[in-house]
Amino acid sequence: MEEDLRSLLQDLESLKGCVSDRYRIGSIDEMKQRVVSIVNLTKSGATRRSKVKDMSAEVVDSNPYSRLMALQRMGIVQNYERIRDFSVAIVGIGGVGSVAAEMLTRCGIGRLLLYDYDTVELANMNRLFFRPDQVGMTKTDAAVQTLSDINPDVVLESYSLNITTVKGFEVFMESLKRRFSQKSGQNSGVDLVLSCVDNYEARMVVNQACNELGQTWMESGVSEDAVSGHIQLLVPGETACFACAPPLVVASGVDERTLKREGVCAASLPTTMGVVAGLLVQNALKYLLKFGHVSPYLGYNSLKDFFPTMEMRPNPQCSNNACIERQKEYLQTKPARDAAAKSKLEAESSKNEGPLHMDNEWNISVVDDSEMDSQNSCGVSGALPEGLIHELPTAEKDHGSLATEESKTVEDDLEELQRQLDALNAA
Amino acid sequence: MEGWDPNTKSALTQIPLLSTRAGPRDGAAWTQRLKEEYRALIAYTTMNKSHDNDWFRISAANPEGTRWSGTCWYVHNLRRYEFALQFDIPVTYPATAPEIELPQLDGKTHKMYRGGKICLTVHFKPLWARNCPRFGIAHALCLGLAPWLAAEVPILVDSGVLKHKDDESTSAES
Repeated sequence: MEEDLRSLLQDLESLKGCVSDRYRIGSIDEMKQRVVSIVNLTKSGATRRSKVKDMSAEVVDSNPYSRLMALQRMGIVQNYERIRDFSVAIVGIGGVGSVAAEMLTRCGIGRLLLYDYDTVELANMNRLFFRPDQVGMTKTDAAVQTLSDINPDVVLESYSLNITTVKGFEVFMESLKRRFSQKSGQNSGVDLVLSCVDNYEARMVVNQACNELGQTWMESGVSEDAVSGHIQLLVPGETACFACAPPLVVASGVDERTLKREGVCAASLPTTMGVVAGLLVQNALKYLLKFGHVSPYLGYNSLKDFFPTMEMRPNPQCSNNACIERQKEYLQTKPARDAAAKSKLEAESSKNEGPLHMDNEWNISVVDDSEMDSQNSCGVSGALPEGLIHELPTAEKDHGSLATEESKTVEDDLEELQRQLDALNAA
Repeated sequence: MEGWDPNTKSALTQIPLLSTRAGPRDGAAWTQRLKEEYRALIAYTTMNKSHDNDWFRISAANPEGTRWSGTCWYVHNLRRYEFALQFDIPVTYPATAPEIELPQLDGKTHKMYRGGKICLTVHFKPLWARNCPRFGIAHALCLGLAPWLAAEVPILVDSGVLKHKDDESTSAES
């Protein structure tokens, strides 16, 4: 391209030599100017910044991390540079996942693992991130293309597969387990999994993997009518897992009967998806870099601009075996956790000994946050806070007698059953 | 089950329920579950044939029974429209239902996700969730795919999106 333009410049120069008309020479010079600006444009598009070895806090235009490192100077984050040690897996590179990936990339995250089985389509262009020239590429490859341009410091891994199939799940598990850096005390090679998928089946698969690995994850979702969404923190054993109770969704706040559902399976807006991606990555950054309060559940109702929050404890009768195991482990480590919390509390109270003010004329007292929170925290059977509803019904109890009868009668040989079905199929 | 037609309801009551809560990663328990799946499918197919309502063929596409394929058909205005049918048993089965795919119809209707997965969200998913682990593949066909075909095929044919295979060949010849 650049060579073509250079030879065009030479042609114009030689053309100029043959022309005597002053007016014509002027317009040829103008054309030369335009070619030169195109050359410069192609050059600027091609330059990629080189990798940066250490994050610098120096405030210069050429430092990609100066505004992030300023978080440290302002006292929001203690050690921002730690972000380079973290690996985050993002499952589902759609309207939410791709934007979350871009946010983490711009924040200078150490490593991103990207999972999706889909390709980019023109129908995706109402959302952020993907460009029309990427149509036909796998979403993960297109994401790597854009993200590596934005920040070459981030290690990117692209997995174009369906995690709900048996084979896909194996690869998913192996990739999560593989260690990248020398960090100990973890079952998994990633620090956080972000679920940005658009269906219940895939969420249940992420839940399964994270329960088995004891891996903390965050779930996100946008409603099919595109006007509400939510994020949720899931710590296996400590909080409710995704199978502990039917999934919670934010009620749209309008009469459900007036919603027209026939004809389409899903609508989407770049706004709602951008908001949810922002909430998700903000929560992820707070969790990883240890600042602020990490939300256990945060809903977003865009029609009323209402943000319901809540906490959910695990279900001791959860149908997911791995969840039950993690719950047991969590209970076993309770004494150690309590002791640690107590010593921390003591250390803090010894720091600020003595009352700040000698008299308290108005009886002002500080109320513990946890007392306030407990109002909004509920077990799986508990009532839901305003604005939240269950997406699916709970499984009805097994009819005990029926179940035992079933298992007794099915003792046939599997191959015999296969033959019977084949015979029916052939008939 | 309000709102379902009497035929579907009576068919449903005659499909044997399953009891083993096991997915493809559960070894021997999955084999037990597979036997129950076969038993339900055999009963459902037999019943369809005896009621002159045969409408699908399905068999395991791999020895583990984690991938299934076959055909299904729907009769509209006395003409039979037939489609290839396939699905994977998800790793989280039976907590989540199989996602039934009709690849030939991919991109032809709104009521479908990419890859030809039929949309089951409203009419089927709540039923599956309520009846886990008692519903199996046969129930998914009866309550998921059958109503979907009944709702979508007439619309696709009448709107001209879907052509009968005889019409397609004649138009190609002329």
